[in-house]
Amino acid sequence: MTDLLLCNARLIDPEAQTEVLGGLRIKNGVIAEVFPGLEATATEGKTIDCDGMVLAPGIVDIGVKIGEPGERHKESFRSAGLAAAAGGVTTMVMRADTQPAIDTPETLAFVLNRAREVTRVHVYPMAALTKGRRGGEMTEIGFLLDAGAVAFSDGDAVCINPKILSRCLTYANALGGLVIGHVQDPGLSEGAAVTSGKFASKQGLPGVSAMAERMGLERDLALVELTGARYHADQITTAAALPALARAKKAGLDITAGVSIHHLTLNELDVGDYRTFFKVKPPLRSEEDRLAVVEAVASGLIDIVCSMHTPQDEESKRLPFEEAASGAVALETFLPAAMRLVHAGMLDLPGLFRAIALNPARRLDLPGGRLATGAPADLVLFDPDAPFVLDRFALHSKSKNTPFDGARMQGRVMRTFVGGEQVFAKDDT
Amino acid sequence: MVFAAKHLLGIEPLNKGDILSILDRADHYVTLNRQPNKHGDALAGMTQINMFFENSTRTQASFELAGKRLGADVMNMSMANSSIKKGETLIDTALTINAMQPDLLVVRHPSSGAVNLLAEKVNCAVLNAGDGRHEHPTQALLDALTIRRAKGRLHRLSIAICGDIAHSRVARSNIMLLGKMENRLRLIGPKTLMPSGIADFGVEVFDDMREGLAGVDVVMMLRLQRERMDGGFIPSEREFYHRFGLDLEKLSYAKDDAIVMHPGPMNRGVEIDGTLADDINRSVIQEQVEMGVAVRMAAMDLLVNSARSNPKGVMA
Repeated sequence: MTDLLLCNARLIDPEAQTEVLGGLRIKNGVIAEVFPGLEATATEGKTIDCDGMVLAPGIVDIGVKIGEPGERHKESFRSAGLAAAAGGVTTMVMRADTQPAIDTPETLAFVLNRAREVTRVHVYPMAALTKGRRGGEMTEIGFLLDAGAVAFSDGDAVCINPKILSRCLTYANALGGLVIGHVQDPGLSEGAAVTSGKFASKQGLPGVSAMAERMGLERDLALVELTGARYHADQITTAAALPALARAKKAGLDITAGVSIHHLTLNELDVGDYRTFFKVKPPLRSEEDRLAVVEAVASGLIDIVCSMHTPQDEESKRLPFEEAASGAVALETFLPAAMRLVHAGMLDLPGLFRAIALNPARRLDLPGGRLATGAPADLVLFDPDAPFVLDRFALHSKSKNTPFDGARMQGRVMRTFVGGEQVFAKDDT
Repeated sequence: MVFAAKHLLGIEPLNKGDILSILDRADHYVTLNRQPNKHGDALAGMTQINMFFENSTRTQASFELAGKRLGADVMNMSMANSSIKKGETLIDTALTINAMQPDLLVVRHPSSGAVNLLAEKVNCAVLNAGDGRHEHPTQALLDALTIRRAKGRLHRLSIAICGDIAHSRVARSNIMLLGKMENRLRLIGPKTLMPSGIADFGVEVFDDMREGLAGVDVVMMLRLQRERMDGGFIPSEREFYHRFGLDLEKLSYAKDDAIVMHPGPMNRGVEIDGTLADDINRSVIQEQVEMGVAVRMAAMDLLVNSARSNPKGVMA
């Protein structure tokens, strides 16, 4: 493997929380040297002048839905890998809500093989916590850990029975497994398509109170306290849930929380006239909630921002709003959407990469997420200011269900490196 | 007044002028409908298709009669038990019907927003005959016409809407329309049947009938949507009738000349006392049915004629 020198870049170090002008040298797939300033020592390999653009650790995205097995027409490992590379995502942690669910070591081995064959970015699978994600019997957590599961989650299926969940938490904890929960009270949120309130009432859509999230979180926190488990709440999207989260962290529970990029950049009014591409789970929230959650990311109360990439084909979206499928693709729009928060002055770049690279890598014990000597050379080089209008048909994902179609965005990925290899370069670079 | 809309999907996109032009035209059709020869020719030669994905007798009959009186060829499709059950999507159904070159589509659907979705896919004018809990614009227009003819005006009235507001598209369309016309609105019903965030709609909310009805000009009762009661919103029908059913005693808190309205079909003894409903001195329920035909004639006439003079139309 030849050496590579990247110079004249704005280096984002999420560990040190710094942004400095400098460069780095890649050797054998790892970062061999990080140096400040413009002066680079002579090198044998190739040199890339980054032209003052931003060089940061590649995004580590927890909770990507890939349609294999079962829904390959929506997203394959190949298309997801291309989309990830184009979006600066160097590690995808895939969800277990496939068909069938990843709930046996055999299915897990299948997805790992498929991923290795066709995907150039790193793929780590989650496994289901319960068989078939039905909330009844626990999966073979030990075997699944041995086979390479990095976390256990039933996706958006909430385990209704607290006794079963508490046993799963206890068992997983004994083996050191991380459990990821979807915090929604299943009764209160049943049948809901949007968040209840004025907008839901005006459009005549069934809504769920934001309180359902707090109830779901409080229940899971009580069980985490009971079992001492390692726990991550996948999406905290409401102001009402934040005090409970802060309390649990203060009490020393082993808990982290995430939020999807859509809940940070969109609100319930974006649904407008029944636009199903804006139907996500949990539903988009009020502007007050959005701002509170953005602030929680900036302060570090919410640890992780993810894309919650959920490909859906046209058929499952071209339906009346209540009947339409939930979810939005986001691998390629993740970074430009997040840059909206940076351009609005609500987050800085080191803070952003702490939430989208460093923290998820740390929480799931994965390599990557750092910009330091010895770290894997998983990197994204992007122009933070480049403006463009998003065309959904230009996305690499097989599914085009993005809420940002036609949106004006700022921030373009120019190059993506995984293990020192360039896996994406924008056409004109 | 030029009626610029291409479709009638709801009251929300209409302005005061649109509403008044429909009501004025409807007045004209009320006169026509009371003559022995009821034939107009505004829709002569045109094809009107009524697509009802939810069962309806009254609204469908009203639209059918309205179309026939204006000379249209009217076809009724009861979609509640048709190919949609065989797995065809709403959009495919819409495209199929569209290929038959209708001039007017009248659509009722159990999902909010479904009629908007369908309207995007067809070339002709679409009238919303009720979508989920969202809107039922012709009902609000016929209610407005009834009020205007009974009270002589459609502004600065105190109007109470009572009962199951949460599940009612009639209530939503009426709140929009009567609000746009600058009336004072009071919503009365148990808190479990009030939509969330309702206080932000510029209305007063009561859970006591006597308090809410005090001094109102119009009392609008809603049907208690028993088929939508999926989760025990009220303890029992008899308790509901006791607290929220309209009878003479509760009505006595309203103005002496207050009128009583109901969109039908009524549950006698649940939301309204049977004798009161039949009292022609107080109840205008039969007039509402009559106005319904005239309003639908007016709406279809205006939509088709705006489509002729303005072929590209303005989405509404």
